[in-house]
Amino acid sequence: MIIPILILVPFLASLFVPFLYTYVRSKKIGWMVLPVPLILFVILSFQIPSLASGENLFHTIRWLNTADIHFTTHLDGLSMILGLLITGMGTLVVMYSIYYLSEREALGRFYMYLLLFMGSMLGVVFSDNVLVLYVFWELTSVSSFLLIAFWHQRKNSRAGAKKAMLITVTGGIGMLVGFLMLHQMTGTYSIQEMIGMAGTLPTYDLFVPAMLLILLGAFTKSAQFPFHIWLPDAMEAPTPVSAYLHSATMVKAGIYLVARFIPVFGESELWFYSVTFVGLLTLLWGSFNAVRQNDLKALLAYSTISQLGLIMSLLGIGSAAMLDIPGADKTIYTAAAFAGLFHLINHSTFKGALFMIIGIVDHELGTRDIRKLGGLAVFMPITFTIALAGSFSMAGLPPFNGFLSKELFLEASLAVQHLALPGVHIWIPIVAWIASVFTFVYCMIIVFQTFFGRQQQQPAWVDRGAHDPRPGMLVAPSILGVLIVGLFFFPNVLGKWILKPAMAAVYPSFGNPESLVPHIAAWHGLNPALWMTIGIILIGTILYIFLRQWRRIYTIAPFSWKIDNIYTLLLIQLEGNSYHLTNKYMTGHLHRYFTYILLFFITMMGTALSFVWRLAFNFSEDSVVTVNEYILVMVMMSAAVAILFVNSRLIAILLNGVLGFTVAFLFVVLRAPDLALTQIVVETVTTVLFLLTFRFMPDWKKERPRRPVKVLNACIAVASGLIVIITALIVQGNRLFDPISKYFEDAKTLTGGGNIVNAILGDFRAFDTMLEIVVLLIGGLGVYVLIKLKDKKDGDGNENQ
Amino acid sequence: METLITLLVGVLVMVAVYLLLSRNFVRIILGTAILSHAIHLLILAMGGLKKGGAPLLTEEGSTYTDALPQALILTAIVISFAVTAFLLVLAYRIYRETGADNLDDVRREFDD
Repeated sequence: MIIPILILVPFLASLFVPFLYTYVRSKKIGWMVLPVPLILFVILSFQIPSLASGENLFHTIRWLNTADIHFTTHLDGLSMILGLLITGMGTLVVMYSIYYLSEREALGRFYMYLLLFMGSMLGVVFSDNVLVLYVFWELTSVSSFLLIAFWHQRKNSRAGAKKAMLITVTGGIGMLVGFLMLHQMTGTYSIQEMIGMAGTLPTYDLFVPAMLLILLGAFTKSAQFPFHIWLPDAMEAPTPVSAYLHSATMVKAGIYLVARFIPVFGESELWFYSVTFVGLLTLLWGSFNAVRQNDLKALLAYSTISQLGLIMSLLGIGSAAMLDIPGADKTIYTAAAFAGLFHLINHSTFKGALFMIIGIVDHELGTRDIRKLGGLAVFMPITFTIALAGSFSMAGLPPFNGFLSKELFLEASLAVQHLALPGVHIWIPIVAWIASVFTFVYCMIIVFQTFFGRQQQQPAWVDRGAHDPRPGMLVAPSILGVLIVGLFFFPNVLGKWILKPAMAAVYPSFGNPESLVPHIAAWHGLNPALWMTIGIILIGTILYIFLRQWRRIYTIAPFSWKIDNIYTLLLIQLEGNSYHLTNKYMTGHLHRYFTYILLFFITMMGTALSFVWRLAFNFSEDSVVTVNEYILVMVMMSAAVAILFVNSRLIAILLNGVLGFTVAFLFVVLRAPDLALTQIVVETVTTVLFLLTFRFMPDWKKERPRRPVKVLNACIAVASGLIVIITALIVQGNRLFDPISKYFEDAKTLTGGGNIVNAILGDFRAFDTMLEIVVLLIGGLGVYVLIKLKDKKDGDGNENQ
Repeated sequence: METLITLLVGVLVMVAVYLLLSRNFVRIILGTAILSHAIHLLILAMGGLKKGGAPLLTEEGSTYTDALPQALILTAIVISFAVTAFLLVLAYRIYRETGADNLDDVRREFDD
């Protein structure tokens, strides 16, 4: 029961915050929000021991029995990692934001969105029912949209929010379809039950489409190539948001999903290829592009993309353990997945710290452009220290946690090249190595171009005396800094308590999770991975020193390409084309629209009738027709047709009067005296009204539409009439139910009225009649207003109607 | 009788639709008026015609024509009257404001 409450608490808090904010109206609101993630974090931490001993928390709130959708929560090792990141980073980010955001900002809105995101994200990682998971998944996209556009007065913020939303939601819908396909195959919405049936799945035709669609969702969310383009633009969000959503948690949702579905899809080679190759490509492209950025935040965005690719590729290599390859040593692949999960945590620590540091630099100096920054180490020693730890950890240097996971990554890339699958060769470690070199270079850019070197043109902040921010702002990044170093020295604590149950969740069929957890050691001899690291440092240093010389290659063709342009082009094309298309048929001419409506009616009904027209016309129930009735009908038909051909409006109006009065006669012979009376009164007034138009409106000009238009109109008219006739005849010939009017024939006893029609109007359906009178009243008011309204043009008060 | 009335309804619908597709306001309004005649007769025919006496319980006789369609039509007649009246006044007003008595002229007026 504890997990559903964990999910619910942030949502409730987010509802509460705006009301609280109307009373508080100051930074204190942040301190009031802070306990929410902190308490959740503590509660989650208390579950760690029981998870480490192999337990899982499973809880179901039954919800929609017929649809088999239940609010099932599942806390296992994998969701625990994400849960701790969400609540832990959440605590730090809230604390940091208290100092980062100024009091003038709409803080109530900010924390509301942030809590909304927190709840949704917890929902994503704790849900076992895929449909519930999907809903939370889209909620994270929505809250991300709201947070990116937090400064909605800025054009770039809005554009970035829109881009992120379009891309992640497109992927999300693909994922939903994938989930539905899985449901089609397994008959369940529960992930755990799907895992139980994993063995039978590859035989289905839907297996591959479902897998690719779910991967689409994961790749868009985790900003994998070529969907990564939304992440740099999402950096328009306030820095705490970037640190939280766009590096530590939300973008990890895709990674979580891939890890979660390894037991379901891992036996497929296509899964291995897609995840590994897309991950490696993203890793390379992201690190390569990070180097060219001048904005520190953009640099971090590309670095995040690249690191996400790294984790993704590790999970891909890890899924190779599920492949059925004889003679392969599975533990080297499971070690890759282990490294992926380890790096997932490490990345959140050092990237979160770096984002906060960049935020501090931006906050204190008002710029994040590395061309304008330099020499800050003297002014901001504490900030610099944390930045150093974060960057070196990301570059994979000891004594920081990134070194450990980076070594494991290099080992995994070396191991996987021996996998007996086509396309898997020595190029995988080479790509990993090249990407790591670029990673090293941009990490050095962060440290040395920001904190060392001369200050260009003696910037203003030197005079103002730039310094470390207030201590409060440094608390959160310092905690992360301590973790960065601490995890280096005690990685196996993490391995035993957090990663072991997570590995058990990723490889449920492998039995003993102890064997899946390798011992992490900082020193593991002069193995190939260490040589690779030494190579990275050497080549990376050389590349960094000569950065100015070779940076020109970013202007040369294949390197200068941006996937962004495709998105922009598509969007502009789409908008332009739909605009033109719509303008083509939405001409603003009423008769055109009416033509569309009627053509649609004719097509739909015509198609339907062509299927059922065989239903016999049954004329046996028809009552007899007398001669005078024939005459009445003939009069009406000829009067109606004549209206079309007369040139004088007087005759047309009189013919309409003929129609109306003949209808009244028909009502008489058809046993409807009330209708006849009403019709006579109404028709009289209507005819008078029509004749009034004589006095005020000009005579008809001869309408001369082009001949094709005339023919088309005639065709539409005849077709509509025919369809009405055929439909009505079919309906009359095939009565399915007895009339309900027998009930009303009891009117005398039920209402005391002898006239059934009056009883219905005044008693059985009196409310209808009342509303009808209201309509009449509104019509009357409309008529009155239209006549009495002051004339705009001349206003001569000629209102003598 | 029902078939005959249905054929009449069909002819009325054809005329009404053709009028609705024209440009002149008065012709369009005539179209709506004729369309409502057609629909009233259609509803009546659907309920079956002359299946008994008029639905007045005071009359002698044991069977009555279906009263429900009649009640519906009574409402519809009144509403269609309100609509026709409103449309006529609207056409008058548009003519007063713009000098146009058909859709094309109004359109031109707004484009300018």
